Amino acid sequence: MQVPGPFEYDRATSVEQAIGLLERRGETARLIAGGHSLLPMMKLRLADVEYLIDINDLHDELGYVLVEPDLVRLGALTRHRELLESDELAAVLPIFRDAERVIADPVVRNRGTIGGSLCQADPSEDLSAVCSCLDAECVIRNGSGQRVVPMAKFHRGPYETAVGDGEMLVEVRIPLHPDSSSAFEKVERRAGDWAVVSAAAAVTLAGGLIADARVGFAAVGPHTVVLPAVSELLRDEPPGEQLYERAGALAAGHCEPSTDMRGTADYKRHLVQELTRRTLRRAVQRIVDGRS
Amino acid sequence: MTTVHEPPAAHVDNDQHPVGYGRMLRKEDPRFVRGRGRYTDDVQLPGMLHLAILRSPMAHARIVSIDTSAAEAHPGVKAVITGEALAAQGLAWMPTLSNDVQAVLATDKVRFQGQEVACVVAQDRYAARDALELIDVEYEMLPPVIDARHALDPDAPVIRDDLEGKTDNHCFDWETGDAAATEAVFASADVVVSEDVVYPRVHPAPMETCGCVADYDSVEGRLTLWSTTQAPHAHRTLYAIVAGLPEHKIRVISPDIGGGFGNKVPIYPGYVCAIVGSLLTGKPVKWMEDRSENLTSTGFARDYIMRGEIAATRDGKILAIRTNVLADHGAFNGTAAPVKFPAGFFGVFTGSYDLQAAYCKMTAVYTNKAPGGVAYACSFRITEAVYLVERLASRLADELQQDPATLRLDNFVRPDQFPYATPTGWVYDSGDYAATLREAMRIAGYDELRTEQAQRREHGELMGIGVSTFTEAVGAGPRKHMDILGLGMADGCDLRVHPTGKAVVRLSVQSQGQGHETTFAQIVGEELGISPDDIDVVHGDTDNTPFGLGTYGSRSTPVSGAAAALVARKVRDKARIIASAMLEVAPDDLEWVKGSFQVAGDPGKAVTIQQIAMRAHGAGDLPEGIEGSLDAQITYNPPNLTYPNGAYICVVDVDPGTAQVKVRRFVAVDDCGTRINPMIIEGQVHGGLTDGLGMALMEIIAFDPDGNCLGGSLMDYLIPTALETPDWETGFTVTPSPHHPIGAKGVGESATVGSPPAIVNAVIDALKPLGVTALDMPLTPSRVWEAMQGHATPPI
Repeated sequence: MQVPGPFEYDRATSVEQAIGLLERRGETARLIAGGHSLLPMMKLRLADVEYLIDINDLHDELGYVLVEPDLVRLGALTRHRELLESDELAAVLPIFRDAERVIADPVVRNRGTIGGSLCQADPSEDLSAVCSCLDAECVIRNGSGQRVVPMAKFHRGPYETAVGDGEMLVEVRIPLHPDSSSAFEKVERRAGDWAVVSAAAAVTLAGGLIADARVGFAAVGPHTVVLPAVSELLRDEPPGEQLYERAGALAAGHCEPSTDMRGTADYKRHLVQELTRRTLRRAVQRIVDGRS
Repeated sequence: MTTVHEPPAAHVDNDQHPVGYGRMLRKEDPRFVRGRGRYTDDVQLPGMLHLAILRSPMAHARIVSIDTSAAEAHPGVKAVITGEALAAQGLAWMPTLSNDVQAVLATDKVRFQGQEVACVVAQDRYAARDALELIDVEYEMLPPVIDARHALDPDAPVIRDDLEGKTDNHCFDWETGDAAATEAVFASADVVVSEDVVYPRVHPAPMETCGCVADYDSVEGRLTLWSTTQAPHAHRTLYAIVAGLPEHKIRVISPDIGGGFGNKVPIYPGYVCAIVGSLLTGKPVKWMEDRSENLTSTGFARDYIMRGEIAATRDGKILAIRTNVLADHGAFNGTAAPVKFPAGFFGVFTGSYDLQAAYCKMTAVYTNKAPGGVAYACSFRITEAVYLVERLASRLADELQQDPATLRLDNFVRPDQFPYATPTGWVYDSGDYAATLREAMRIAGYDELRTEQAQRREHGELMGIGVSTFTEAVGAGPRKHMDILGLGMADGCDLRVHPTGKAVVRLSVQSQGQGHETTFAQIVGEELGISPDDIDVVHGDTDNTPFGLGTYGSRSTPVSGAAAALVARKVRDKARIIASAMLEVAPDDLEWVKGSFQVAGDPGKAVTIQQIAMRAHGAGDLPEGIEGSLDAQITYNPPNLTYPNGAYICVVDVDPGTAQVKVRRFVAVDDCGTRINPMIIEGQVHGGLTDGLGMALMEIIAFDPDGNCLGGSLMDYLIPTALETPDWETGFTVTPSPHHPIGAKGVGESATVGSPPAIVNAVIDALKPLGVTALDMPLTPSRVWEAMQGHATPPI
């Protein structure tokens, strides 16, 4: 059994109280929600945490899926399982169900949260790719109020986010657009493994053309990326296999994967191309199917 | 030989309560499924302390100094032990199971990442682990030897400078077969195909890691050791030799074990440290490895770099096989293998084929990696041997444009050739290899699969069908040839029938999940006609069981199973004499009808084994020469190994876009001779197939060029889940072993041995339209994609 070093532990009773504790203990404190990333790191003694604030009791306050006419609000403490099982969410953003089906395993999904996933900022993390491609916004609360940070600025590097000491991610907001859909694909060496590469696509159609499209990836660089060049290439073009092919090739050229145990850089580039095609194809198909 | 068909397992009552062989639920399972198993880590003793081990972060470095003062000052710490302290007692080094030595705690150098450097004994697990961080070790880095191919380079740093006069990293050379005869066959053969085949390093990764609780009683001078060992008796003898404690004062208890797969055969430094910790503190000391320690420091498996060649006639008659092997043994030669077999039983690389000649030359080297164990359903290296020959056989079939199943059918040893002496000196006992393969082809619908494959190929789909057939050599072994550190590989067995006819059988082998408490009760039950429910099986305690060498290499049923049958027959012989007195007839006039002796020709006159047992213990005279009680003891020395065989067929689909492999179907037909409990056999086969699938698709203990282990957690070392595992389709043929008392052969490792080549051959077959002829494990999507591009990099 791996055992962590000594640490203090508190259970937060409200968001305000948790932020108060965070402010008081500064950088030595960490929030714990699902704990499936933090606890292994503490047990392996890769993370040195002196003070652990357990926010699981805040699920009533921070665990929710709210689908509004043009916005989806996801509480930071919403469990993977809740995202997976929400039919309402799947109806407007099917990409979440695509992704949650292949994130880890049921044990992890029962406890892990969207806030924890984004704040862990693992370059291979799937929901980060999902939220990036959906142009999500992160609501960060602190002692004096809250601020909203777009996903593009939320991750600052591997395991680094815009959330500062004394701050807490409380909500993820995702804008909804008409005639839009999304899709997610992941290649992994084994069920529950981190992605070799995962790809997320969100597409909006207008008048038979692609009005807007965003493609995001995990595990192809220091953090999840959305490639503006691919969006530019797709914009105002009629959807089709040749276009997806070109988009895939462009995406492959624009990412910087590295060789590791999960695969070679060349293979990952190939996957970027292959999965770009597959996710665009599926997202567009979903829009078409939704109309009929 | 008979081919027995059974209805699918789903329709079979698994709890038939047979008096003897047949399906019955495992007697040990109620305690496991109710959480009442008692594992080493469940042992809690009054005053028990906890031990943690400081391990080397580097693969190769000289130890300049170790400062333990801060750790000693930790309030929870009772003792800090270094190699220097052990050296003062002559305990810094210990013998390995291959007559090498291994550092218990490093004194001079560290030789692999994860090597034991110092240990802390503290009041709890947390304090022990915290104190490790207070030990300050100064290292002087040395260049490591990681790639076995360069271990013998003239300028390679010498790893084992502890061995006197050692100037290189050479571990041993070994050869088998006839080099000249093989060369002659190759020189005149129509066709020669050669292949580089790598079997990368993998790890047994049992669910329960290794550990022990050492309790030294200084008043009695007695050591009790609860330990995760597959071989409690052999370990006790070794502790007597290593620690200098008298053997009769050592008791090794191996409680429930959460999987072994060979990982729990060797003696690890942690066990010795815990014993020393208890000697020093006078308290019981527990050591339980964590997952990373298990993966990075304990016995691995494989790590063979092989070049294989196969010679044949143009019409597909295999003539000879030749191979050259580079074996990576890590920093210490810790392989558990009989002394005369430094490469284990790799000599069976001739497979199931009737050959004219064969030859193997092996060079084993030291590298800066964790030392090896017997490890992982290894059957003493038969896994590697079967993988090699089955890759070669399929490659030859491709070269000759023959069907791989047909090629095998044409080359098998025929039933009339048994006992069959192989060119490398093994005597296969029995088998009908063609019948086994035909049964697999029938279940799979082989011809239809080939038709489907041809159709799918026309649409660009990548469907593959892989075949593997194997002969295992299990049940080590005849004491004339086989030993572990000088201890002969015979097994004892004691049987005691109580007055009321209930029995207890004491084994020398130790279950790690194989179901001994059921299988051995069934063996005795079959012989005595006592219900297996009325027979207790005692194992895993050196004070309460006869001497024997333990469970690994699928040896329990071949060796101890024979002992159990023979000891029961000994009891039955005694029972016959007592029955003859009870029925007032001559012993020869009695017939044994399972469970009772009856007078020949007069079934009405009979006594049951229970009645005989009461008489054996009861008042009144017994026949002359018969002492009271109904007990017997035996030691069984097997005359030969047993040779189970199997035929496996795998169907895969490869995604042409992502190169992901999906195992669609897997058919496994095994022949392990007499089947004692078919349900347990199927369970063993399912487990072994999953093992093999893991090795074929995802498992590897890899190292970076600095010697950092890249498989140190279960996030990095992947093990298959239910989602990768297909619905195993099992079948069987039955060819009893002629020399085994009940005709049984081992089966525990067959599926692990036989499945990887079936899967790899299937993927190569799928990629045939792309010109792929070879591919190394693990078949990760990345490696398969590389092969599709024509340039797969080897895994090591």
